Amino acid sequence: MAQRALAISAGLVLAALTLGPIIAVFYRAGGVSAFRPGDLEALQFTVWQAVLSGLFSVLLAIPVARALARRQFPGRGILISLMGAPFILPVIVAVMGLISVFGQNGLLNAGLATFGSPKLDVYGLHGVVLAHVFFNLPLATRMLLQAWLAIPGERFRLAASLGLSPRARFLTLEWPLIRRIAPGAFAVIFVICLTSFAVALTLGGGPRATTVELAIYQAMRFDFDLARAATLAMLQLGLAVVAGIIALRLAPAQGFGVGRDRPVSTWSNGAAWARIMDATWVLAAAAFLLVPLAMVISKGIPGLLDGAGQGTWQAAKHSLQVALASTALCLLWALPLANRRGELLSVAAIAMSPLVLGTGLFLILRPFVNPFSMALPVTTVVNAMMALPFALRILRPEAETLEQDFGRLRQTLRMSGWAWLRLVWLPRLRRPMGFAAGLTAALAMGDLGVIALFADPDRATLPLQVYRLMGAYQMEAAAGAALLLLLLSFGLFWLFDRGGRIHAER
Amino acid sequence: MKITVTTTMKAFTFVAGCLTASTALAETPVLTVYAPDYFVSEWGPGPKIEELFEAQCGCDLQFKPGDLLPRVLLEGDKTEADIVIGLNTDVTKKARESGLFAPHGATLDGLTLPLDWSDDTFLPFNYGHTAFIYDTTKIDTAPASFDDLLNAPDDLRLVIQDPRSSISGLALVLWVSAVYGDKAEEAWAKLAPKIVTVTRGWSESYGMFTDGEADMVLSYTTSPAYHIIAEGDETKKAAIFPEGHYFMVELAAKTASTDQPELADQFMEFVVGGDFQGMIATGNWSIPAALPKEQWPEGFQKLDLPEKVLFFDENEAAALREDAIEAWRSALSQ
Repeated sequence: MAQRALAISAGLVLAALTLGPIIAVFYRAGGVSAFRPGDLEALQFTVWQAVLSGLFSVLLAIPVARALARRQFPGRGILISLMGAPFILPVIVAVMGLISVFGQNGLLNAGLATFGSPKLDVYGLHGVVLAHVFFNLPLATRMLLQAWLAIPGERFRLAASLGLSPRARFLTLEWPLIRRIAPGAFAVIFVICLTSFAVALTLGGGPRATTVELAIYQAMRFDFDLARAATLAMLQLGLAVVAGIIALRLAPAQGFGVGRDRPVSTWSNGAAWARIMDATWVLAAAAFLLVPLAMVISKGIPGLLDGAGQGTWQAAKHSLQVALASTALCLLWALPLANRRGELLSVAAIAMSPLVLGTGLFLILRPFVNPFSMALPVTTVVNAMMALPFALRILRPEAETLEQDFGRLRQTLRMSGWAWLRLVWLPRLRRPMGFAAGLTAALAMGDLGVIALFADPDRATLPLQVYRLMGAYQMEAAAGAALLLLLLSFGLFWLFDRGGRIHAER
Repeated sequence: MKITVTTTMKAFTFVAGCLTASTALAETPVLTVYAPDYFVSEWGPGPKIEELFEAQCGCDLQFKPGDLLPRVLLEGDKTEADIVIGLNTDVTKKARESGLFAPHGATLDGLTLPLDWSDDTFLPFNYGHTAFIYDTTKIDTAPASFDDLLNAPDDLRLVIQDPRSSISGLALVLWVSAVYGDKAEEAWAKLAPKIVTVTRGWSESYGMFTDGEADMVLSYTTSPAYHIIAEGDETKKAAIFPEGHYFMVELAAKTASTDQPELADQFMEFVVGGDFQGMIATGNWSIPAALPKEQWPEGFQKLDLPEKVLFFDENEAAALREDAIEAWRSALSQ
């Protein structure tokens, strides 16, 4: 009973935080607004690029995750950790990194030029999708890898002793797993890409790549048309809910049953071509994700060595505080919500335009507190909320499997809620919890979110500092601050993720 | 459940702490200034403004960075701001119509703008012009006119900002309509193949330019001054066009609801006074609005500046804006 009440209240808080701000903006605006001519095109482009981005991220993640799951090689652990990094980069930094590889004067074109081939132009729909895959492929890969590793080793031994062909093994063990994880991963990525704006515009090459979020930005900042901003935000929210419902319906909830957690070297897969294929996938993904990252690092080193200013260190401290607080909040929030409804709700929440969310919260809080003093608490809550669907996507499949596999045991033993949590839940969900915590912490480091209306000169976060430095021509210092941000986000991610994997053999 | 209760308690203590902290500070008079975000970094003009003004006012000047007009409009006459600094002419119409701003009362005699300025509410403190910046080590002969730019070979790579999300981008579409009038869409069509991409704001574009991804970037005539003064680099130049360049000015205004009217008036005088004007050139990398050219820093005196200045006042700009953006959008969407 208590568990249910907790779940309901966690859900209500989330719903209130999603709908409250938009209602506040509508209330202030005094009504809705009609759509304008360009809106339909923007909507089409938004949906189309989000579909493609989600599709490619998930499709490419399948072979990469599979290769990582069944091969052991030196540096595999660090590679898996490093590959998560693009997801946590601040947008502007990641875009610069991508351009230095795929841009007109980037590494790729320099390489092509030595072979005398014509230059590739990255700007266009393909550029937008490329950037979104860069951000989200790591996420999809980790979600799938997590699931692959959760298949009990006994199942593979059974498959081997039955002499199943690779194809039969794929169909009985791996395909159900993909079906279970992929739709949810697609939905989350689709929804994040719905609110894309700076990436889509910069790599899209111009107004053909106009998204709904840009129209919201324009309505909010330039036209002060709150009704229009809120109406468009509502449209975005609706799309996300539809996508979420479809995706979660497509995903069957069933696990592989319980195993004895013995590390079993499972893959009797000596075929040379399979090894070559796996190596190719891993190498290609690593190059795609790590080369732009290396460019960000090399560009940032001079700025960081020159001595990042005091403002940058201050900002780093604030970002760390926000990140840790957001992580704690997000995990507490995620535990009671690890079910289908909770996940749907959380996916809808990230489709909320950050600008409308910020404005709504500002309107709600203003009568009670001075918004300026709330910069960091508001950022903490919003970042936790924005990380929630990722945390849930990681936790939910395993939490449900756990319930299925051990629920009867629990009833037989009449375990109390506390004992269940301590003896079964926490130990068995340690790996996904660590991953979810790492991801939340890193996301909360990187997110600019709603701070624009709540900014406080003395409480800037690191991403805001990067923008401020760029705005004052300090490109080198900005690159240094971005590198610091990358190092800190990654450090937090690694610590939590690693913490979750201690004693986990695989 | 215990955990939730403790967190709530902590949140309350935190809020209460913030409230007491702000009352404790209220003993010296506080002048609250809303400013754009880049103002308040250690590299922006904010810290110097604060230092100079506090030396003469016996008050505490507090910057609140972030969105300017959207925030003031949301807050209405309950706004905390006494002063808003860093407004542009694209929002003055909306700001004026809101009735939230009061006449500045400062004298305009000292202004050294390239055009007449008689606005009694919005006070200019620095200006510049839109311009395409290039690197002399990469481009031998820069386009000598806007027409030249339109007819340049298509491998000249430009990066510009989106007029729907950036003030410099908006200034560019107004610049094109000022030069080409009804033929703006044709001009954009000629420019389109050269435009590598359009970014959300100035920072992204300028970063792409300094990274070598574009040959020319839409920025300001004053940008080379930063490279000359701060980096000793004279290779960045603005291409000057005889058709004229669009005028971009930054403004300060006093709110009608200020609870520190004397301090606010003093600040408005300060903005066009010698201390502020002597610092703003290198503080904000823009031309001082009330300082004769002889007194500009040396790097600024070296700048190439246009003979002819183009400008639409706020009513003209408001009337043109939608069509100018639409011309840009449809030509670049082809």
